[in-house]
Amino acid sequence: MDELERICIQVRKDIMLQIGTFGVGHVGGSLSIVELLVVLYRLHMRFDPQKPEMSGRDRLIVSKGHSGPAVYAILCNEGFFSRDWLLTLNQPDTNLPSHCDMNKTPGIDMTTGSLGQGFSCAVGVALASRLCSDGAYIYVILGDGELQEGQIWESAMFAAHEFLNNLIVFIDYNDAQIDGRIGQVCGIEPLAEKWRAFGWEVVEIGDGNSCREVNDGITFAKNTKRPCAVILHTIKGKGVSFVENSGVLSHSMVISKENMNLAFMELDSRI
Amino acid sequence: MEMRKVLALELQKIMQINKYIIIINADLARAAGLSDLYEIFPERCFNVGVAEQNMAGVAAGFSSYGFIPFIFTFTPFATRRICDQIAISICYAKQNVKIFGLDPGIAAENNGGTHMSVEDVGVLRSIPKITIFEPCDEFQLKSALPEVISRDGAVYVRLFRKECVSIFDENYKFSFLKADKLREGADVSVFCTGLMVEESILAAEELAKSGISAEVINIHTVKPIDKESIIASVRKTGRAVTAENHNIIGGLYSAVSEVLSLNCPAPMRSVGINDEFGQVGRIQFLKSYYGMTKNVIVNKVMELLNEKK
Repeated sequence: MDELERICIQVRKDIMLQIGTFGVGHVGGSLSIVELLVVLYRLHMRFDPQKPEMSGRDRLIVSKGHSGPAVYAILCNEGFFSRDWLLTLNQPDTNLPSHCDMNKTPGIDMTTGSLGQGFSCAVGVALASRLCSDGAYIYVILGDGELQEGQIWESAMFAAHEFLNNLIVFIDYNDAQIDGRIGQVCGIEPLAEKWRAFGWEVVEIGDGNSCREVNDGITFAKNTKRPCAVILHTIKGKGVSFVENSGVLSHSMVISKENMNLAFMELDSRI
Repeated sequence: MEMRKVLALELQKIMQINKYIIIINADLARAAGLSDLYEIFPERCFNVGVAEQNMAGVAAGFSSYGFIPFIFTFTPFATRRICDQIAISICYAKQNVKIFGLDPGIAAENNGGTHMSVEDVGVLRSIPKITIFEPCDEFQLKSALPEVISRDGAVYVRLFRKECVSIFDENYKFSFLKADKLREGADVSVFCTGLMVEESILAAEELAKSGISAEVINIHTVKPIDKESIIASVRKTGRAVTAENHNIIGGLYSAVSEVLSLNCPAPMRSVGINDEFGQVGRIQFLKSYYGMTKNVIVNKVMELLNEKK
């Protein structure tokens, strides 16, 4: 089995472990970005888990901050903190709150959770990196529902105006938000055309849960003259059948111990 | 000299030495008097266009890289419009951003009700850890600027752009922790800020003619507020009037009341905008319309003095 796929299974198990231990959490949108996180951290990002504040490191800003459990799983896999932390998600005094917090978790580069804001922060980070000439790439993960925030488009316009080609945005297009499918709540199509109209390069990835396709998208995005948006068509809850089958209800779900073990069994069966 | 001119000249000096200062504005560089800085330091000055939310976030991003960003726009758009960005991207994330709100309250003059912030201090004051500062003249601004920069975290500066009557001189030394006692007094404490400092001094002079001794204290920093000076003054005088260019709900009156109610309850009166929206007009008209004059301060003091203890 491919090493990346093996890590993806481990990361998915660790997402289920965190949320299952606490009992409830943002499962769907954590599981949908697993391949993206694994490919970024394993194949692309420059970082040092011993020096999480290392200057000139590549940065990841998870603007859809509720996917914290997915980010914690990959950070743990990369050695930023020990595995026992994963059992503390949302517990009193935890270093792993449900939404990403740069002041609590080593390896988290921006505090996010109020949707739309992380992207603006990333634009500032990309400008700062350019001013320092440190050659860092600034990666941002946006939710599809998050694109309904007006601030997203302020940031998109300004990043293109500044030709921030060190800035790469991923859209986790799992087509589900809290109240329904994106098109039912407030449609965001035509999405690729929107980003192009805002001055961005766009690459669309048909299977955003394929490590190979995600890697192709990142490789393309790192070599554009303008900022690049990578639209990842993903599946909310990917990899755990009962979460996938919950559709839009998987945004935040109760995960019983029984269901957590069911998820472990399903994921283990793929190794 | 105009306050914005003083600010630009001081920033120019500081930016020559401190390479970490970043200027970001939302299409108001000229109004803020910052155009020269954009010419001199083009690589460190940014204009995000009419997009205040993005301005706040971009500043937070710069701060996470170790820079000290200053953001500029008119007071209502620097506060109520981007309240969540200030709360989360800046304050909760512990970013070091300096927020300049231009032309507070009635200083918006002919821009009228849409631009007249009667609520900016109230909006921000309940955000944990933020510092809120309002200079009353150019000497205070000049002396405070290095302190604004060295104070870690979010600092909101409520800045009147135009020329102010000088309250201080070149020898003035600013401290965030210490309110300015402008006049000693024994009968009443007048706590004032910004545009109302001058009116309060005039009121104290007027009261002195009737043998009433008013202590005048400039509360330049409403958060964190200098509790000791407020308590010490009211322990001595036994009564207090506040005077501010803001809604009396959420601003200086509220802040001083909070200190006194807990530590030294005393009869109080407020001078300021009495829970009304703004409107167009010149400052003198607006001062008179909203009751923000020395005469109103004098009247409120007399009311207090005539109250039975």
